[in-house]
Amino acid sequence: MKALVWEGANELAVRQVPDPQIRNEQDAIVRVRRTVTCGSDLHLLGGYVPFMERGDVLGHEFLGDIVEVGPQVRNHKVGDRVVVCSFISCGKCWYCQQQQFSLCDNGNTNPMITENVWGSAPGGCYGYSHALGGFAGSHAEYIRVPYADQGAFTVPDAVSDERALFASDSAPTGWMGADLAGVKPGDVVAVWGAGAVGQMAARASVLLGADRVIVIDRLDNRLEMAQTHLGVETLNYEQQDIGAELLERSGGRGPDVCIEAVGMESHSGGPQLWYDQIKQQLRIESDRPVAAREAIYNCRKGGSVFVLGVFAGMVDKFPLGALMNKGLTLRGAQQHGQRYIPMLLERMARGELVTEHLATHTMPLDEAPRGYEMFKQKIDGCVRAVFQPTS
Amino acid sequence: MRWLIGGAVALAGGMVARRLFGGAGRGSDHWQRGQARPRGPRWHVATVNRPASDVAPGGQFPEPLAGLGDAVEVQVRPAAGDRGTEIAVRLRDGARLPVAAARRATSRDPEQAIRAALRESKQLIETSEVLHPDYPPTTESTPLNKPLQMATRQGRREGRL
Repeated sequence: MKALVWEGANELAVRQVPDPQIRNEQDAIVRVRRTVTCGSDLHLLGGYVPFMERGDVLGHEFLGDIVEVGPQVRNHKVGDRVVVCSFISCGKCWYCQQQQFSLCDNGNTNPMITENVWGSAPGGCYGYSHALGGFAGSHAEYIRVPYADQGAFTVPDAVSDERALFASDSAPTGWMGADLAGVKPGDVVAVWGAGAVGQMAARASVLLGADRVIVIDRLDNRLEMAQTHLGVETLNYEQQDIGAELLERSGGRGPDVCIEAVGMESHSGGPQLWYDQIKQQLRIESDRPVAAREAIYNCRKGGSVFVLGVFAGMVDKFPLGALMNKGLTLRGAQQHGQRYIPMLLERMARGELVTEHLATHTMPLDEAPRGYEMFKQKIDGCVRAVFQPTS
Repeated sequence: MRWLIGGAVALAGGMVARRLFGGAGRGSDHWQRGQARPRGPRWHVATVNRPASDVAPGGQFPEPLAGLGDAVEVQVRPAAGDRGTEIAVRLRDGARLPVAAARRATSRDPEQAIRAALRESKQLIETSEVLHPDYPPTTESTPLNKPLQMATRQGRREGRL
């Protein structure tokens, strides 16, 4: 089959790879209808997550049709149109039963790497390096889906492919950030990053009853998109004083909830960016936590900060003093999608959650390297590039 | 960013070497260095999200654990906080694993075979199967890939468990 593979840092190619096979009785094989770039892929592409092999298939946010099922798959049959959670979880271990699906004990076939690097292994993830299991990604004509009854969700007829696609990762990730950060009616919520995950976190905050939701970015087209489609306020950190604006818009208190949806390659308007880039190049830190620092600094006393952006290793100048002395609650997680996807599909069917605007560019899989270049460089206002491997 | 890849490969290679030459799981983790005292074989413990009656029905453990035979001691006890059942395994002093069980490891380290058996048994009890990696692989065996491929082959069998 045809697939987009990682050939080395900043090198991608579409080429033939072996078809996936059923390897376990709870597996399914899915023919991919749509698969989409994610900002976290850029960390892999650029070599920031150092557990990639030449030939690894990228992609973890997708939907498609089931074409084969293992003998222990009970909830799905051939022909089902499904959206698949990007994280691979067994549904049976203690973490899954606590609905912390991305922490699954059994979903990662290479636990040693992350157990040594992070102390414990999270679950597996499609197309996200050998640290998270080495599972082939979705930028391909077909993909193997382990624990299909747990991770694949039938898409209601009322929800289009274009909308349902984002129920795989962006929407549940964003929802989880707002939910686990404790957004409640009356809150002021600030979201750093107006990419798809940040926009979904902002929309979730609105739906959970937040009084004001403020999205922060430097790209005007994304901020306009957030205003238009989500009904939220926006700030451009290159043009506005973020700290002063947030205080003014929150009665001088600071936001109750701050959600970081940027990750390890964040930018800033000041010398901070150069500081972090130099340290990154000198191997003194692996991740640039600019948005996380700002979220902690600007959050109100006793507030909540949630890290949704992907980080891989060590950061520098982390404001632990602000965190401790302001009595903040800091949380983070990879997405527990299985917990939210059925609810999100229902909201999508009712029109409460729209996502189509995120897919700014749609193209065949053959053009995926160009799609990633557009996505990485933000060319032509690209927010997300969607590939159609089997169209 | 090529240096990052190179660094990772070196890290992965180091992890493999550490495993192969028996550093891990013997009280020599970095923060313990200098404090560790010589001691007998370590207990390796996994918590299984099932009641004790499902862990060894009829007194029979899953094949990976049962295959360790009399070379190991096994303890089963309820986990605190309704977390299921803890299974603890350690090599008996001076014992050798059965040949078939030792083959489960990629090195001569019997502790690795025990950890692999424990991890696989937990999966069998909880999910009824051991999750396999994708096959056939889409990756190539290049000089740059090889250390990471060695690390991941190892990584399927053990970790800090």
